[in-house]
Amino acid sequence: MDADSLFFSLDAVAGSGNTLSPEQRAALQSSLLVLRRSYKFRRVLFWGKVLGLKQDYFIAQGRGEDELRDRKYLYSLNCIDWFLLPPATDSTVAQVSGAARGQFVGDPSFVYERVESPRMSEDEAAQVKVAARNKVNEETRLSVTVHQIDQDVSVVPRGAFIRNHHGLVHVNRSFAGLSESEAKKLDSFLHLSEAKNPKNPKPRSVLQNGELNPAMDFLDVLSDDVPKGSWSLQFESAGRVCILRSLLWLGLTFYHLPGTPQHGYVYIGDGTKHLDLPFML
Amino acid sequence: MQSAASFKAFLLKNSTESNLNIYDHLTQLLMKVMDERPHNAVDVIEDMSRDVKRELFQDTQSTLRDLPQTTDAELLAEQQCLLFSRQEDTDQEEELAETPLPNVSEIGFYLEQAGVGLGREEMQRIFLALKRLVETQALPRCRLWGKILGTGSNYIVAEAEYREGEEDEEQITDEAPEEEGREAETQDSEMDPPPQSTYKPPLMVPQEAIGTGANKFVYYVCNEPGLPWVKLPSVSPAQITVARQIRKFFTGRLDTPVVSYPPFPGNEANYLRAQIARISAGTQVSPLGFYQAREEEGDEEDEAPQDSYEVNPDFEGIPVTEMAESLSFWVHHVQHILQQGRCTWVNLAVKPEEESYEEGEADEKEEEPDEPEPEVGPPLLTPLSEDAEMFGTPPWSSRLSSTLTPQHAVAVLRSNLWPGAFAYACGKKFENIYVGWGMKYAGEGYSPPVPPLPQKEYLSGANVTETLDPSLEEEQVLQEALEEQQAAQEEMEETEDEEEEDDD
Repeated sequence: MDADSLFFSLDAVAGSGNTLSPEQRAALQSSLLVLRRSYKFRRVLFWGKVLGLKQDYFIAQGRGEDELRDRKYLYSLNCIDWFLLPPATDSTVAQVSGAARGQFVGDPSFVYERVESPRMSEDEAAQVKVAARNKVNEETRLSVTVHQIDQDVSVVPRGAFIRNHHGLVHVNRSFAGLSESEAKKLDSFLHLSEAKNPKNPKPRSVLQNGELNPAMDFLDVLSDDVPKGSWSLQFESAGRVCILRSLLWLGLTFYHLPGTPQHGYVYIGDGTKHLDLPFML
Repeated sequence: MQSAASFKAFLLKNSTESNLNIYDHLTQLLMKVMDERPHNAVDVIEDMSRDVKRELFQDTQSTLRDLPQTTDAELLAEQQCLLFSRQEDTDQEEELAETPLPNVSEIGFYLEQAGVGLGREEMQRIFLALKRLVETQALPRCRLWGKILGTGSNYIVAEAEYREGEEDEEQITDEAPEEEGREAETQDSEMDPPPQSTYKPPLMVPQEAIGTGANKFVYYVCNEPGLPWVKLPSVSPAQITVARQIRKFFTGRLDTPVVSYPPFPGNEANYLRAQIARISAGTQVSPLGFYQAREEEGDEEDEAPQDSYEVNPDFEGIPVTEMAESLSFWVHHVQHILQQGRCTWVNLAVKPEEESYEEGEADEKEEEPDEPEPEVGPPLLTPLSEDAEMFGTPPWSSRLSSTLTPQHAVAVLRSNLWPGAFAYACGKKFENIYVGWGMKYAGEGYSPPVPPLPQKEYLSGANVTETLDPSLEEEQVLQEALEEQQAAQEEMEETEDEEEEDDD
């Protein structure tokens, strides 16, 4: 959620149970402004909090000219001192998925180590043990987790972002918010991440296609997500705020006030993907 | 071609306000331009467009009447307005006296320091809803237990103590349906006796009496503050044991069936109640020394663990920094639920014996199983430092709410096994709250229990093995053999007779 609207948007997502203490809020409002100036970001967003056993990570996101690709992530343990997260690449994703298990510890230099033990006889396993030893530190894991969450479940209402003729993604200044009835449908919400296969989108009827606007509908729709039912859409705070919760990454909460351009999402959770989802629907 | 068609569909879409569409409008506009051929047509095209629209016959009088649609938010707002209405006739002085209501505003303040909460306004609404619950149900004591998130809507859970005399009402209603079931069974058997199943259901662990163990408190839930509170049924051990094996999201409707394997006995209300019992047993903690075990008069059975406690009047409060550093200053004040699904262990081997005796199966009585070992959980008020580690994760994380002003901070405890369970302590005050999905941390993925192995086929023996039909030759051979045998026997008899005669 945007750092400028943090003071009321945190209240909007408070229904999920996790908020920030007044001390942290105050610290964030000052430090994020400084952050924007020193890193020359156009916009700074408070992205969320990853809970660790010893300490929690606060994550901020800086966006440059292109809202979709020009992103940098920073983390902090005390809301004041921010450190840049290394970008997640395919190799780090593979490393992390091989080595990191369980919950975050809260120490960026903590090293996860995992010995691959495929099912084989004991002497064979002993030989392999030396070879397949995965090591990854928590900072890398954090960057990969944040990247994955943004890939999987970052949400914006339809029309809040437009792609201009240069292919850059900008905030739509004339976005006036979804209507009440639109906000009740999952079709009105899009993933703010690169479309999975932009070349051949899901086939729709001519009538539906007529509605599509190439400047707005360059993102994937939430209702196409697999498995179906991986989102919980509700109206909270006396029925005025539209709240979307991801069941795939428990802890991600999106809010939108219908009729106003206010929207945002925050992740406050333990940073593990909810792999049991297929059993629970 | 595809995009052209879709664009035409877009153009042909009627406006909701003027009932025009841009396709027809442009056609008419161009026809007008062709007819009139005005000078510098491009400069006056806007005016012409407006003219075309104006020239249309517009029916401003509509016979349709406005149907005001009430949105859900408005309906809810009406309900919630009732919370804020103040009763005039109650005396102020009376209200200021001791009240069963907790100070939710204060709790909300401390929770906010701890980084937990539901938002200030929401807390205020919940506070008023609790007030109404206490007034309508005349509860002796009540507190906000927490909130359970669901896929459709959420549950706000209030925990209350039982009223005096309520136990008797409940137990009478519980027994009624069972008897009906038995009667129905006997009727069936008289009509046409079906083959008796040899399956014997595993013995039901009896439910704990109301006011003890897992049923110590009664829970009320509502979806939104302002909506009516619903009382949850009391929990049975079978529900707790099954709830331990399944993982399900709550939907937000209490009457939803719980579709799971192993099958859950009951609907979502029962599942919710079972999860509440599990969460309470796992995560309700208090500072060491706040409660003390109640010293009961008379000799008590030494086996039975203490299940009652009282507030220690001499509790002085533990410094916050110490509470945040060490888990041994925190204790559980809700009983551990045993593997059996009860807080106090019940010997199942005793009861069936009596039943079998009644049925007259005396021989079974001899094969009585060995006395099972009673399960014993940790006693009440055990420090958290003795909690077991699961999946290599320490069960609790503790910290101070503020690093800058630690002298005024509160100690915060977060459960890692039940994500969403929090506790805080500050001086003599402490509170527990749970806000989450109602699911335990499952480590590396959940693996559903496999169904039991299929039953063994019938034991193969002489009776059930299929044999080949004998061929004609074989039959003849057999017949001859039989005849020979007969002949031989006859000969034998004859010889015997002869012998007998000889003897004479």
